[in-house]
Amino acid sequence: MLDLTYDAPKPKTIAGAKHDWELVIGMEVHAQVSSKAKLFSGASTQFGAEPNSNVAFVDAAMPGMLPVINEFCVEQAVRTGLGLKAQINLVSAFDRKNYFYPDLPQGYQISQLYHPIVGEGEVLVEMGEGVARRVRIERIHIEQDAGKSIHDMDPNMSFVDLNRTGVALMEIVSRPDIRGPEEAAAYLTKLRQIMLYLGTCDGNMQNGNMRADVNVSICRPGDYEKYQETQDFSHLGTRCEIKNMNSMRFIQQAIEVEARRQIAIVEAGGEVVQETRLYDPDKGETRSMRSKEEAHDYRYFPDPDLLPLEIEQAWVDEIAANLPELPDEKKARFIKDFGLTDYDASVLTAEVEAAAYFENVAAGRDGKMAANWVINELFGRLKKEDHDITESPVSPAQLGGIIDLIAKGDISGKIAKDLFEIVYTEGGDPAEIVEEKGMKQVTDTGAIEAAVDQVIADNPAQVEKAKQNPKLAGWFVGQVMKATGGKANPKAVNEIVAAKLGL
Amino acid sequence: MSDLNKLGLAEARDALRKGDTTSVELTEACLSAIDAADALNAFVHKTPEIAMERAKAADERIKAGDAPSMCGLPIGIKDLFCTKGVPSQAASRILEGFKPEYESTVSQNLADAGAVMLGKLNMDEFAMGSSNETSVYGNAISPWRRGNDDTPLTPGGSSGGSAAAVAADLCLAATGTDTGGSIRQPAAFTGITGIKPTYGRCSRWGIVAFASSLDQAGPMTKSVRDAAIMLEAMCSHDPKDSTSADLPVPDFEAALTGDIKGKTIGIPREYRMDGMPDEIEALWAEGRKMMEDAGAKIVDISLPHTKYALPAYYVIAPAEASSNLARYDGVRYGHRAKLSQGDGITEMYEKTRAEGFGAEVQRRVMVGTYVLSAGFYDAYYNRARKVRALIKKDFDDVFAQGVDAILTPATPSASFGLGEMTDADPVQMYLNDVFTVTVNLAGLPGVSVPAGVDKQGLPLGLQLIGRPWEEGDLLNSAFALERAAGFVAKPAKWW
Repeated sequence: MLDLTYDAPKPKTIAGAKHDWELVIGMEVHAQVSSKAKLFSGASTQFGAEPNSNVAFVDAAMPGMLPVINEFCVEQAVRTGLGLKAQINLVSAFDRKNYFYPDLPQGYQISQLYHPIVGEGEVLVEMGEGVARRVRIERIHIEQDAGKSIHDMDPNMSFVDLNRTGVALMEIVSRPDIRGPEEAAAYLTKLRQIMLYLGTCDGNMQNGNMRADVNVSICRPGDYEKYQETQDFSHLGTRCEIKNMNSMRFIQQAIEVEARRQIAIVEAGGEVVQETRLYDPDKGETRSMRSKEEAHDYRYFPDPDLLPLEIEQAWVDEIAANLPELPDEKKARFIKDFGLTDYDASVLTAEVEAAAYFENVAAGRDGKMAANWVINELFGRLKKEDHDITESPVSPAQLGGIIDLIAKGDISGKIAKDLFEIVYTEGGDPAEIVEEKGMKQVTDTGAIEAAVDQVIADNPAQVEKAKQNPKLAGWFVGQVMKATGGKANPKAVNEIVAAKLGL
Repeated sequence: MSDLNKLGLAEARDALRKGDTTSVELTEACLSAIDAADALNAFVHKTPEIAMERAKAADERIKAGDAPSMCGLPIGIKDLFCTKGVPSQAASRILEGFKPEYESTVSQNLADAGAVMLGKLNMDEFAMGSSNETSVYGNAISPWRRGNDDTPLTPGGSSGGSAAAVAADLCLAATGTDTGGSIRQPAAFTGITGIKPTYGRCSRWGIVAFASSLDQAGPMTKSVRDAAIMLEAMCSHDPKDSTSADLPVPDFEAALTGDIKGKTIGIPREYRMDGMPDEIEALWAEGRKMMEDAGAKIVDISLPHTKYALPAYYVIAPAEASSNLARYDGVRYGHRAKLSQGDGITEMYEKTRAEGFGAEVQRRVMVGTYVLSAGFYDAYYNRARKVRALIKKDFDDVFAQGVDAILTPATPSASFGLGEMTDADPVQMYLNDVFTVTVNLAGLPGVSVPAGVDKQGLPLGLQLIGRPWEEGDLLNSAFALERAAGFVAKPAKWW
């Protein structure tokens, strides 16, 4: 792996009425574990099922029912931890977080407060070439999701759907190392990318399978550095938590709006109250979620229904050995092995499927050329139709075939684009298409010479002008290309035209 | 054969196999006895159809020579066990009308062993109580009386209905559960045998939870042999209960040789309580002598943290209960309060739980909520957990010194009159558990054996505490004690 060194990005600064302010952001990302069954029951996790159809007795908290840990979910949490280069805790434990809500049938959520399964790790968040924020991960714990309460279906009643109740979540808790809205979005994007590489979370934010609680505070320039030196939070402002965000765009808006709200309070001589807030994208404001008298005391205590979760180092090692190549490593390898630019390598490794596609195209070919074709032609064409790489009608073999034809000199770059469009819309083997449609480039100098001679013979006036003004040679080249149906090798045409005109 | 309901499990089993009687006859005898014993309020949901169906099936199996260990033996099931299609409401109003769609592992194991379920037995609400007085069904009444005094007495609790039913021969045996003494104390009060096995021996799946780290099911029977037979049928490793032990279940009955020569029995000095009645003291001394006469070596031992057990128990058990009982919220099953116009979810919770839970359950939910709350967690819950670890260590230490079993009184008194403790400080009631809670906190097996009667003729029990997972050995010690004590008293029928 290349040893890439990065500079830290500048923190976002907001000018207040009196002076500048910086932002400090920490995130708690809830990622639904990609598992067919729930964390403590065998019920299905399928999205969009009939309400209350994916509910086991234990999910509905029927009397006497007991949770049994789903080992697959534990494995996914370990994989995620390893993917974030984090400490894996061989002994972790489950705690109950107690509160009443109709979509929480047990009256408690089973979570891991005191002994999470994953400890400290780190995520590299790139913010442009050579610039990256290292966001420290404090912990990842596994916990149950709650169900869904529906209040707007009936004027007198609320409804509860327990399908999501008990689904496994990983809560990924960062340190307050994120310094602006763009960084927050980039951090989330990176986490999502890593989990998609690992296959531990599908990253679908729209369905709520990945969502974030964002902690925002403000501080004066210089204060954050004092916090970094001492890890003393008193150098930072009081934070507010914006709950349950599942859109990158709204997260960025909410951070900015919340920071400005806090700045206004502090500059007016007030104090920010630590609380949970919700972002209202319609009004573009955050507002307090619950009043103080209802402040929750979750009465966490170890869940007596579950023994401590003990895993073997050998098992962790086995999972680690079978981990796929992760985005940072893959990007570094692409730069090194294929000679790609930092930018191209980033684009190609953004999605694991795209990276695999590229590697198939690039195998045994010129890496840069393959990158250009994948990024500029293929991605551009796919984007036009709102398709993703897995839906590409052009296979890596087909695209590779087109590139081979260029490399051999059989077709020009311009013809190759036409060929790509044919393959994209109609399919087929590129080499055969070129043969069938007579798209092969004419490299036979005799044939080109004949065509040049003909054009010169037909246009004596132009010949005279060109002799005065050599720039007009291009006109002859164009005429020759036209006469050969664009198949003549442009380089050869240029040379012959110049020679014949005596330029 | 006559008086079939008076048989124990072993006798009835042998009679069935010899063809001296049938399960149908046994079951009919019990059902008649139950119908004639409404005054005891022991059975709160009778299931005669299920009983007769299972009895007939059992007779077929016996005829076919395919009889499992408890084939055809009629028993009662504590209301705390979820039984499929049969009301299972933990003696609480909040589970009014609840009929589970599933069968608890323990009651299923018993059914698989051929046992015949006669119905559901009274108990303290959510197993919280020592006198059966907190039941929504009203208290069960002990078949025992003080001489000619007809004051109704408690059968003990929480498994009071089970104790009353077995002692009054309404069934051959019954299931109980024991969180702090709920099998052993009622067994002692009613002159029967009750064993709480090692934590993890019986699956908790399908048993309404009180305090998950303490709850264990166990049998309440007419003899130690019966306890061995029934315990073996109840135990299993259950993948549905993460705290269930993945250990083979030994043949407990085969362990009953009665030979305890060379065994070491410990007598813990901390169990000699101030104000303990002389009769209990005398019974304990007699027990010591009986074990000695049977060839055991008696040693005085110390379990130094015993005095902290009761307070630790009354922190841990309510803490777990406050969380375990949060699911009873009126949303999905059981009782839901009628709401007024404008009431929201908070009012629904408050009214439902205020109506659905009795006073003792409410008290424990409040205590449990308090000890877990921010700022008090370390002072109460965490400290109680530390005490619990010390209590367990006390036992580990004496077992490591070679002690095989520990002999203590089962209860600090004989059965008391219903209502006699109503106005007392709740702590007076909690003191009933003083000799039994240590065993739950340490997760050990403990058995109560009837060993004598007080001067009013009421039964008294002795407790033997064993090494973890060595129920067979413990039952054998209990068997030796039972033989030596020769307890034969039965309550005179008044109901």
